[in-house]
Amino acid sequence: MKEELTDKIVENVLQGRRNQEDEGIEEDYAGEPGVAELVQQALDEGVETNTILLDGLSKGMELVGQKYESGEYFIPDMLTAAEAVEAGMKVMEPYLGGEGESDGKGKIVMATVEKDLHDIGKNLVCIMLKGAGFNVVDLGIDVPAARIVEAVEEEGAGLVGLSALLNTTMTNMEDVVKELEQKGMRDKVKVIIGGAPTSEDFAQEIGADAYGKDAFAAIKVAEQLLQAGGK
Amino acid sequence: MVDKPYNRLSREQIELIDRTSLEILEDPGILCFHEESVSLLEKAGARVKPTREGEHQAWWVSIPSKVVKEALATVPSKITLGARNPENKVILDAEGTRIHFGSGSETNYWLEVEPETFTSKKDGHEREFPLIRRKRGNLDYLCRSAHLSEQLENLDFFIRNVNVQDEDISTDNKDVNVFFASLNNITKPVIGGIADFNQLEQVVKMAEIIVGGREELIKNPVVSFITSVIKSPLQVVGETAEKLVSIARMNLPVVISTSPQGGSTAPIDEMGMVAQVNAEALTGIVINQLANPGAPVIYGAVPVRARMDDLHDMYGVPEFCHYTMACAQMARYYKVPCYSTAGVGDARVPGMQSAVEKMYTYTAVPFAAPDLIHYAFGLLEKTMTFSPDQAVLDNHMIGMSKFLQRESGIKPEEKDRVVKMIGEVMDSPYRMYARYARKMLRKGGIFEGFPFEGDSDDQDQSLLMVNRHLKELEEREPQYLPEEICKKIFEQAPGLVSRLNPYGK
Ligand code: B12
Repeated sequence: MKEELTDKIVENVLQGRRNQEDEGIEEDYAGEPGVAELVQQALDEGVETNTILLDGLSKGMELVGQKYESGEYFIPDMLTAAEAVEAGMKVMEPYLGGEGESDGKGKIVMATVEKDLHDIGKNLVCIMLKGAGFNVVDLGIDVPAARIVEAVEEEGAGLVGLSALLNTTMTNMEDVVKELEQKGMRDKVKVIIGGAPTSEDFAQEIGADAYGKDAFAAIKVAEQLLQAGGK
Repeated sequence: MVDKPYNRLSREQIELIDRTSLEILEDPGILCFHEESVSLLEKAGARVKPTREGEHQAWWVSIPSKVVKEALATVPSKITLGARNPENKVILDAEGTRIHFGSGSETNYWLEVEPETFTSKKDGHEREFPLIRRKRGNLDYLCRSAHLSEQLENLDFFIRNVNVQDEDISTDNKDVNVFFASLNNITKPVIGGIADFNQLEQVVKMAEIIVGGREELIKNPVVSFITSVIKSPLQVVGETAEKLVSIARMNLPVVISTSPQGGSTAPIDEMGMVAQVNAEALTGIVINQLANPGAPVIYGAVPVRARMDDLHDMYGVPEFCHYTMACAQMARYYKVPCYSTAGVGDARVPGMQSAVEKMYTYTAVPFAAPDLIHYAFGLLEKTMTFSPDQAVLDNHMIGMSKFLQRESGIKPEEKDRVVKMIGEVMDSPYRMYARYARKMLRKGGIFEGFPFEGDSDDQDQSLLMVNRHLKELEEREPQYLPEEICKKIFEQAPGLVSRLNPYGK
């Protein structure tokens, strides 16, 4: 029974079905429960949140990742599946006990820096991080450094992800690092940057902890930084 | 399927060409070197005047428009090209808009790509480069190209594309060997010319063995023929006309192919060229229909432009597209299926020049919606060289062309879906359409993009990647004819060379 449910969750993650209203990529899913309903059902039946997470949502996302790597899946598949995982996570939220646990793999504050309106890449990174099990707090676009740092503090996040697509705004990333230092938070918070004009070198230059060239790299560096002793 | 054919010529222009061609056929008329054709034409109402051309007897034939119109009235507008695999049959419909791409031309050379590693004198780094070796065409290459053609999903029909120059092949056994090599390696329609009239019967016999008899062959013509019956300007070749008449009487599909060169054997201006090439194609059709009214015949026009510096053919130029697209419109006007051309590279090797020239005609010509587009795979250096790597690349470009011609997705019944989708996305956190793109992707509604994209910053790696893919395709299991059929064919066609038999000597 338990396995049947988690398998169904995996299947629906692959189909990218957030809830019963979503169509799958194959036919005949109309009206069937989606990830949100299935997670609710599992919780009602007393399946542990950890089992739902590991054997259902994460396992589904891992399979999607494998299919992407083998060339069967593309970005739209990844995003759709990640959205389905996110819908499942939402249902689980109230059931997750202590602070730490509800943050999944970790909490990350994401933002496009001040004066920059580009958000397609940042959104992609957010959705994929959520799909990978991170708790993402997205502040949106054109966010001043002070606001970002404030949010990090409020949320108690161990990671902050900054996006910039203009070479005129990428310098605003440095302000975030400085602001963290000024507030004495720098050693508790890891800074990841990304966006077309940025680079590994630029990250070093401004004192950020890591650079990610795309959404996959974002997941990887976020995981590495956490293991290396972040939060 | 071409959604909406582009009509470069207006109805008035089409009728103008029709009138001009008919006037040409009446005066000066044609110069015919085939006695039986002359008598068929004369019986139908043409005026004939004997003449001598050097050593040869010839006839000036003035064909009144009535004769042409009567012949056109009996031409079937739908023709099926059969195939070993029935799923690969090609249905031609002069009034439809389905396009099919195929190979063609007997090239003397075959290009083999051989990647080699070099060390830069400047930076000391090693890099792999695709060197190109030029080989003489032979039977083995022909088999390889037929096998490759089976694998290319955008190739719809096969015309042998490599000339066989083996020592044990002569005019006396060339046709049987060429047709067998083709038929044994591909399950798609095979079309080809006949070099030696005496082998026509043998080739047809071979096809009959494959499908199980003459009647079956007429229903499922796994072989069809091409006759270049016209020598431009306006001359009917004796030996080829003989083949044309015989094929017509066998009720097998035949392409009338005429290939004048604008600037030498035809006028270079659009109107002059189209009027002449149209008159030439009509001549072949008339002879075919007089020999056997109702026989399946295809309007084939391959008008090319002369190169100004050496008078060679030129394919990758705008005039070629003008001529060719006009001919497709003429064939449609006459309700005769059309055989057309795209994708010949004037370049000598695969590369930028070949891609520019090929993509240009792959894009333009299909807009006129001819039934068959030949010469479309791997041809370089006009039509002298075949490159299997280029054919793999061409397969992709043809895929782009086919996709371009798809039906438009803008339809009244889509309105509610679109409004609903946009509403849903506006209401969602990231306002992204990825979910809907995924659906399209899975339905095959999204074009795949360039599959041979390299990742180097300092060299174009496409050809290397194409070559890797070609090698994979060449590894695939061949679809040979069944053993009993091969055995029967080898018993009845003595000219076949034993190395072509996949089941041993
Ligand atoms: C789409 C676009 C826009 C859209 C943005 C829509 C939107 N919702 O985002 C609009 C039209 C609004 C726009 C506006 C402008 N744009 Co603009 N825009 C682009 C464009 C074409 C694509 C960006 C994009 O979405 N790429 C696709 C995503 C998936 O890729 P990505 O953003 O790079 O993100 C990936 C990675 O970089 C990484 N990543 C991104 N963020 C993060 C964060 C972290 C933490 C990590 C780890 C990884 C990561 O992962 C992502 C996923 O793989 C780029 C050109 C380009 N090729 O980049 C120009 C470009 C960025 N724009 C440019 C310009 C100049 C402008 C304007 C100034 C134009 C103008 N004169 O008005 C304005 C500026 C507006 C502003 N103040 O920000 C220039 C910037 C040049 C420069 N100075 O650096 C570019 C490079 C175009 C160009 N070549 O001229 N733009």
